[in-house]
Amino acid sequence: MAGTGVVAVYGNGSALTEAKKSTFSVKVGLAQMLRGGVIMDVVTPEQARIAEEAGACAVMALERVPADIRAQGGVARMSDPQLIKEIKQSVTIPVMAKARIGHFVEAQILEALGIDYVDESEVLTLADEENHINKHNFRIPFVCGCRNLGEALRRIREGAAMIRTKGEAGTGNIIEAVRHVRSVMGDIRVLRNMDDDEVFTFAKKIAAPYDLVMQTKQLGRLPVVQFAAGGVATPADAALMMQLGCDGVFVGSGVFKSGDPVKRARAIVQAVTHYSDPQVLADVSCGLGEAMVGLNLTDDKVERFASRSE
Amino acid sequence: MVVGVLALQGSFNEHIAALRRLGVKGVEVRKPEQLQYVSSLIIPGGESTTMAKLAEFHNLFPALRDFVKMRKPVWGTCAGLIFLADKVVGQKSGGQELIGGLDCTVHRNFFGSQLQSFEADLPVPNLASKEGGPETCRGVFIRAPAVLEAGPDVEVLAVYPVPPDNHLLQL
Repeated sequence: MAGTGVVAVYGNGSALTEAKKSTFSVKVGLAQMLRGGVIMDVVTPEQARIAEEAGACAVMALERVPADIRAQGGVARMSDPQLIKEIKQSVTIPVMAKARIGHFVEAQILEALGIDYVDESEVLTLADEENHINKHNFRIPFVCGCRNLGEALRRIREGAAMIRTKGEAGTGNIIEAVRHVRSVMGDIRVLRNMDDDEVFTFAKKIAAPYDLVMQTKQLGRLPVVQFAAGGVATPADAALMMQLGCDGVFVGSGVFKSGDPVKRARAIVQAVTHYSDPQVLADVSCGLGEAMVGLNLTDDKVERFASRSE
Repeated sequence: MVVGVLALQGSFNEHIAALRRLGVKGVEVRKPEQLQYVSSLIIPGGESTTMAKLAEFHNLFPALRDFVKMRKPVWGTCAGLIFLADKVVGQKSGGQELIGGLDCTVHRNFFGSQLQSFEADLPVPNLASKEGGPETCRGVFIRAPAVLEAGPDVEVLAVYPVPPDNHLLQL
């Protein structure tokens, strides 16, 4: 994609100032360091070590991967802090964990554990149907999901320091992640060529703060790092998302639900680094064993996690 | 003059953009063959264990070590510093491969995890007097490493004072 691909440091526009908050540039800084990397879901310390050995740049600690949450149903909440602590102790790379949308106390607990990032995730059951967490109130940085540019900028205004596509987690089906990233990139392309005077109405149309829309227009990209997530199952999927313009990839059920997690994890890490080198992609895709079983989204019975929140 | 930027993972785009602002051509390096076309190298910030794994997969270490031995200029930011250090404390279990070349001991994630990350203004009087420019440099320390000790031939450009009660100094 054109442009420098640089993530600019967003100014301290927050109206809330407390001494204990870290500056936004420190929050965004860690996401910048994760660029070009793969963040893997892990449910045990052993899986975390496998992920670190394979070259993951961070791990997402949880009790159940999205595919299992889907299969088992019920209410999905923040994981047991004991598990998160054990995973944090088992690796030297950054550790992330999920909190329910709007559940600021789950986020407070995760911050108290001293992990590196909170994912305010639509994969877990919503705690607040109307509001997301006010992420400015925290020192820990947050990553949030989006389906389109408006959602991404609303989350950033709430204080998100990193954005990912929502995709359709736990389905092994890349179709929704592609839809979401094309929507965001498409809107950014339109915005870049738009007359400045038309941006006011565009901001209203996508229900996003005008200042962030203008900043996006000037940068030619989102003001924060944007990863792909939701349905990545193969090295080709990961490289596809990188070629579409993402800065990195989350892989949830895709690694440890596959036939040979060690090989697949390593292959996906290489695919994200060499995303525009088809020879390397072909090499790493060979002999990977079974990919995770997937879900076809034309089936009405498949719940759409992505549309749970806006 | 072409500067290579190791583009395995991390903030390589930001370093290439910084080079562009200076009017210098920066080129992404992912494979050993590409090193012969660059006169100097930058190893950017990111996750050092990830970069080490990727470098291993593509047999980059021998070429990188040769590059350093040939005394070509190499710059390491954060994870890059870890690669270039002769000795690293705080490696992942099983260890991680290094390039070496800088006579110092580095401690990974010295200050802790993300919640201990911070920004600070670093006074750089030597740089300011030699090259002009501001008296301080804004450092953003993200899960940053620290140089515990440096050899006699290493020129220290700036220091960040660590409070004496820092538990890691007891090691």
